[in-house]
This record gives sequence, C-alpha cells and structure tokens, in this order.
Amino acid sequence: MRFERREHRPLALIILTPLLAVAAALALSGLLIAAAGAPVLEAYWRILVGAFGSRLSATETLTRATPLTLTGLAAAVAFRARVWNIGGEGQFYLGAIAVAAVGSQLLAGAPGYLSIPLLLVVGAIAGMVLLIVPLWLRLRFSVDEVVTSLLLNFVAVLLVSMLIDGPLKDPLAFGWPQSQSVPDVAMLPKLVARSRLHWGFGIAVALAFVVHFVQSRTVFGLKSRAAGLSPEGAAFAGVPLARTLLLVACLSGGLAGLAGAVEVMGVKGYVTTDLSPGFGYSGIVVAMLAGLHPLGVVLAALFTATMFVGADGMSRALKIPTYIADVTVALSLITMLVAVFFAQYRIRR
Amino acid sequence: MSTVLDIVASAGLWAAVLRIATPLIFGTLGALLCERVGVLNLGIEGIMTFGAMIGWLAVYHGTDLWTGLLVAAIAGAAFGLLHASLTVTLGLSQHVSGLGVTLFASSFSYYLFRLIVPLAGSPPTIEPFKPVTVPRLAEIPFVGAVLSAQTPPTYLALLLSLVLAYVVFRTPLGLAIRMTGENPHAAEAQGINPMAVRYGAVIAGSALMAVGGAFLTLSAFNSFFPTMVQGRGWICIALVVFASWRPGRALFGALLFAFFDAFQLRLQTAVDGVPYQVFLMTPYILSILALCVMARRARVPQALMQPYRRGER
Repeated sequence: MRFERREHRPLALIILTPLLAVAAALALSGLLIAAAGAPVLEAYWRILVGAFGSRLSATETLTRATPLTLTGLAAAVAFRARVWNIGGEGQFYLGAIAVAAVGSQLLAGAPGYLSIPLLLVVGAIAGMVLLIVPLWLRLRFSVDEVVTSLLLNFVAVLLVSMLIDGPLKDPLAFGWPQSQSVPDVAMLPKLVARSRLHWGFGIAVALAFVVHFVQSRTVFGLKSRAAGLSPEGAAFAGVPLARTLLLVACLSGGLAGLAGAVEVMGVKGYVTTDLSPGFGYSGIVVAMLAGLHPLGVVLAALFTATMFVGADGMSRALKIPTYIADVTVALSLITMLVAVFFAQYRIRR
Repeated sequence: MSTVLDIVASAGLWAAVLRIATPLIFGTLGALLCERVGVLNLGIEGIMTFGAMIGWLAVYHGTDLWTGLLVAAIAGAAFGLLHASLTVTLGLSQHVSGLGVTLFASSFSYYLFRLIVPLAGSPPTIEPFKPVTVPRLAEIPFVGAVLSAQTPPTYLALLLSLVLAYVVFRTPLGLAIRMTGENPHAAEAQGINPMAVRYGAVIAGSALMAVGGAFLTLSAFNSFFPTMVQGRGWICIALVVFASWRPGRALFGALLFAFFDAFQLRLQTAVDGVPYQVFLMTPYILSILALCVMARRARVPQALMQPYRRGER
C-alpha cells in the first residue's frame, strides 16, 4: 500500500473534508456516549437544542464563539507562516489581565469612546509581547517555539494569579482571588438586549474578514504564506524572513490577547484564573478545522461553541460528563488531520 | 544564607529530589526514545494524564499497584500507536498530531474518570506504593535516609535510564534506533525497516510516559484530579533537548530540575514577602532557560520531524 499525491482536487472535496472530519469525530464520541449507556442520537439532539433551542442559548453560543474565533484566527495566522504558536492560552490571559489593570487603574474615569478602543489595543499588545518572546528565542537561539510558548502559558496564568491575589485584588470579592473590574463605561455594548451577547462577536467576525483580506490581497500576506511554505525559498526570493515572522507573531499574539480583552470587556468585567476554559488550546482545533482559512475559522468556532454550550444541558439530562464536548473537539482535530491527508493523497496498491 | 544551607543539608530535600524527578525521568526517557527515531511526541502531556488516571482507576478497582503501572503502560502504548499511525504511516505534522493526541488523551481521561467516579466532596483515594528499605544501603548515614524514603518505581526509573543508555549506545537495536533518527534512507539500505523501528520506539516511549504519569497517582499522591500533570510533559520535552538526546544526561537533567523544584518548595516556606506564584513559575522559566543554553549545542537527530516515505526524498 502506498500513497500518491492527487493531481487535481475538486472544490467539493475541499468543502467536504471538514464536514466528514466532524462527522467522524461525532461518530467516535458517539461510541463513548453509548458506552456510558446513554442514547447517542438523543444526546446529540439535546446538544443541538441546548446550543440553539432558545433565544438565550443561541446568544450564549455566539458569546462563547467570540473568543474562540479570535484564538482560532490567532492560531490560523501563525500556522500559515509555520510559527507554531501554542501559547494562545497564555496570551489570552495576559491580554485579559492587562485590560483589567489598565481599565481599573489608569482609565477609571475616562469616557467609553476613549477607553474601549484603548483597552482593546492594550489587550492586543499584551498578547503580542508574550508571543514575541518565544519567536525571538527561535530566531536568536533556534529554540523550538512550540515548547517555549507552551511553557509560557503556565507562567502567564501564574502571573495572573499573583496579580489578582496582590495589587489588582478586588477588596469587595469576599476574599476570592478576583481582579478589580473595568468601569462600566468601558464594557462593550450588548449586541442583543437581555443577553450576554456583546459587540465583541461583531469585532471577531469583522477581524476574520480583515485577516482574510490581509492574507490574500496584501504583500505581507504573500510574504507570510511564502515563509510558511518554504523558508529557504522565501529568503531566496528576497522575503525578509525575521521581520515577516515578527509581524506574523504580532498579528497572532495580538489576536489572542484581544480575545482575552474582549472576554473581560464583553462578559465578566473582571479576571479570575478560570476565565478561560481552554480557549487558547481550542483555538488550535478551530484553526485546523477551518483549514487555516480565516472565514472558515468563524464556522469552526461556531461548531466548537455549539459542542461546549450544548454539552452542559445534555450532561445534566443524561448524566454524561460535560468532558464529552472536549473529547469530541479533540477528536475532530485528529479526524481533520486524517481527512486533509486523504484529500491530498489517494491510496495506491 | 544559613537557611539555604540548612535546606541543602537536609535529607528531606534530597528525598524529595528523587521523588519529584521520578515522573520526569520516565517522561524524558520516553520522549527521548521517540525523538531518537525522528518522531517528536507532543502527546506526552495527555499520555501522562491518561496514565495517571487509568493506573489509579485500575488500583481503585482492586488490582495491585504493579498491575496498575502495567495497565498505564499498555494504555500509553495504545496512544503511541495512534501517534505513530498519524506521524509515521501518514507522515502528518508531528506538532499538530502530538497536540491532537494530548488534547484527546487528557479530555478522554477526564471523561472516563468522571463517568466512573462521580463527583464527591473529597476525592476517593487508594493505598499508594510504600517506601522500601534496601538492607545494606539504608545503613549509609545520609544516603540511607534519602533512599529509605523512596518507593520501588523510583528505583525502576533510575535503573531504566541506565538500561536505555546501554541499549541506545551499545546494542544493534540501539544502532538501528539512532540510524533511523539520523537517516532513515541509510537505515533502509542496511536492511532495517525504518517504519517498524519508528513504530516500536514511539509505542515503547509512550508507554514510559504513561508510567511516569501513573507514578503521580500511585506513589506521589493517592488520588487523581484533572490538570494534575501540570505541564510536566512539556518540561520533559525541554529536558530532552537539555540532555542532548542522551539517556544518561536525561537522568542528570531530571535530577537537576527536581533539585531546583524541591529547593524552591522549601524556600517558599522559609522566605516571607514573596508571592508563592513567583516560586511556582521557576520550573517553567528554568526549562525555557535550559532550552536557550542547550539548543545550539545539542546534537539534534537529523531526521527529527521528517516523515519517511519509501522511495521518496
């Protein structure tokens, strides 16, 4: 048995690939649901109803999809240029805590039209800084950025824990480690009244289009894709490799930091160490499911958010641990990798 | 200054060093074996989590502790088989496949654990490994006190690093392993099947990782809880680079690392006014520093992260 690269890939195959991957992941985790003694189809039906069955649940799913879209874009942008940014989780937290710090200390009296854009920028910059470190280490010492960006996730969460236990601790939180809140005027306005859905969702979707434009229509987009496809080739063609990768890192880290900023300014208003149920890691799955395409990221984020939000209600009704959502999402990363492979190769005997 | 000396001179510190190092030794040796044949295994974090969970679960359901370790090893081998199918047969990105394995293995272990052990106020416990005293060794003044505090898996880890060093550098099998990691085409020309060697090493290495995870629940603690592996897997990946892909140095690296970790734990209680999080950060920052110091000097297996396809260059 050997594999042979397909010479022609029809569009239908490219579109079908993620759908098949998700179907396979759902089938596999269906086995786990069945093993737990629960009806599989009913479980999935309940997930769907739990995620979109009412006005409240639908807005909740979109709220959950917001940070996932941004961390997904962060991973997609980086992976395109073969910058292995696995530090989305840390960048998310650093963006969040920067917003809480600046928002509650420096911009406490500023009007909303000033503080909202400023805080979004602050969050993005915090994320950038955390990714520039591993990238610099890669360029300077040739250290694999996968491990360093991963290790920095733990450092970032501990830093957040230290700050909300110390200088940024909210004295009114009954001793819970929780940061001081950003002022109400600095909160993102609601997109839908009487729900948690905020304008961050609009920002995330708009940024998906912006990233798509940048990647497909600008010189920088071309350079970053070239750097990913073949670093040697790109350098030979005159692409300044270090500078391009640095810009990619700024974009990627910035998006992940923005995810943290938006989550604070849109939903909670303050930071705790459980602000993110793994948004950074799920962002990697989202990016891969989307085939690294920025617009696909929005759809993949919706799928992931559906699983997570829907699994809550399903788990209460059928006594299945909510972790089934994490299992399905992780499995869909693996099935997607395999599906992409078979979209590119055919089996020859 | 005197507090520092007191800490270093206490047998308790050195006993803790060996205890903290044990899961790192297993994990680092496992990752090293995978990388020696050219496969980066970022599944380690998840595989350690799954090993910790399944080993604990087996013992909780009445098997003895050694069977628990064996169950963990078999489960780790199964995840190794998954990672090898993705990266060796299909030749997919080793980075992304490994992360996929980690995400799957860790969420699967949380799912399985929660399904079988319902949420309770205090987590259920098992009777973990007990320290053993080796008759002659226990009589040596300082060393005896340190060794008498150790459980059997710790001795197994120390022994294993010597065995692996011997196998990798002194046996035909080790030659095949190193050759496959340096140049699979040359290995094949010598009649070695690089695919088979890669499969074997990744499966065996993943089994070791899972045993390292199981040490956490069967010896270091007596219960399982999510996120208990705490990035130890990633630290092992860094230690492999620090060890320059040599089993003997991996043992040294794990011990050195465990020394710093045990030291900061004791310093935490001795020093006032520094937030405890600063101490908790040190292992991760130390790993990054170790990577920076060693990355240029280390001899990377030349075929690391390169998929091998027969008849393709």
